[in-house]
Amino acid sequence: MAHSDETRAARRSAVAVGLAVAAYGVSFGALSVASGLDVWQTCALSLLMFSGGSQFALVGVLAAGGAGAGIPAIASATLLGTRNALYALRVAPFIGGRWPRKLLAAQWTIDETTAVSTAQSSLAAQRTGFWWTGAIIYVGWNLTTLIGALIGDLLGDVRQYGLDAAAAAAFLGLLWPRLRQLQPVVVAIGAAVVAAVLTPWLPPGIPVLCAAVVAVVVGVTNWWGAR
Amino acid sequence: MTVWQIILLASIAVFALKIAGYLVPPSLIERPTPSRVANLLTVALLAALIVVQTLGQGQQIELDARVPAIIVAAGLFALRVPFIVVVAAAAAVAAVLRLSGAMP
Repeated sequence: MAHSDETRAARRSAVAVGLAVAAYGVSFGALSVASGLDVWQTCALSLLMFSGGSQFALVGVLAAGGAGAGIPAIASATLLGTRNALYALRVAPFIGGRWPRKLLAAQWTIDETTAVSTAQSSLAAQRTGFWWTGAIIYVGWNLTTLIGALIGDLLGDVRQYGLDAAAAAAFLGLLWPRLRQLQPVVVAIGAAVVAAVLTPWLPPGIPVLCAAVVAVVVGVTNWWGAR
Repeated sequence: MTVWQIILLASIAVFALKIAGYLVPPSLIERPTPSRVANLLTVALLAALIVVQTLGQGQQIELDARVPAIIVAAGLFALRVPFIVVVAAAAAVAAVLRLSGAMP
C-alpha cells in the first residue's frame, strides 16, 4: 500500500534525523556547565526551552557576562527562537487536534521536526514525521544533555580542554547551512563586524543584540535579496 | 536576576513564540518581510555569537587558540564533516595549542 510506504519512509527519516541531532546534546550539556550553569540548570534548559540555537545563545551570553547579563541573554535566546513561530505556521495545518496535543506539538516545533514533516507528501506521513522526530529528539536531546553536563562537570577547567573554542564551532555549525544565498552571507558578515567593533565598548551580551539590527534593516529593505 | 529566573523567563519566551504560530492567523506572519526578518535574525545572532565566543574575553578582544580552532572548524564544515565531530575537533585544536604552549 502506497499510504503505509509513505508513513514508513517518514518514520525512517525521523529516526535518522532524530538520532543525529540528539547527539548534539552532549556538546550543549558540556558547554552549558562550562558557562557556569550547574547540571540541574542545564537539564532544565533542555527540558523547558528545547530549541538548540536559543539554548546555546543563552549559555553563551551568560558565559561572557554571568547572571548580570540576564536581560541580553533572555533577549538573544528569544530572538533566536522567532523562527519557531514561522515553523509553527507551517506545521499547524496538519497537527490539528485539541489543545493538549497542540501544546505538546508547540514545544516540539523546532528546525528538525519542521524539516522532516514538511518534506512528506501525505497527511499521514507528515504527522508521522513530526511526532516521531519530535519524540526521538526530545528524549535523546535531554538524555545527551545530562551526559554532556556530567562530563563537563568532571572536566573542570574548560579552557584547558578547548571547550570555549568548541562553543564557537557549535555556533558556526548552526549557521553554516543558512549561508546558501548572498543575503544571509552579507547579514552574517555585517553582524560579525558590528559585534566585534562594539564588544570593547558595551557590556557582555549587548553587542550580540546590536548585531540583530543588521538583520532587521536588511530584512525590511530586502537589500541583496532575491527578487 | 538569578540564573534560575533567567532560565525560566527565557524558556517561557521561547515557548510563547512556538505557540504563537498556532494561535496567530497565518496572514499576520506569513508575509515576505516578517518571514525574511525572522530568518535573518537567526543568521545575525549566530554570526555575532561566533565572534564574541571566538574573540571576546569579557569586554576585551583577544586573539588566542580559539582563532585557529574556528578556522579548522570552518574548513571541516565546508567538507561536510558531521557537527559533533567538528565541535570535538575544534576543542582538540585549541587544547593542543594551549597544552604545547604555542598559543594562550
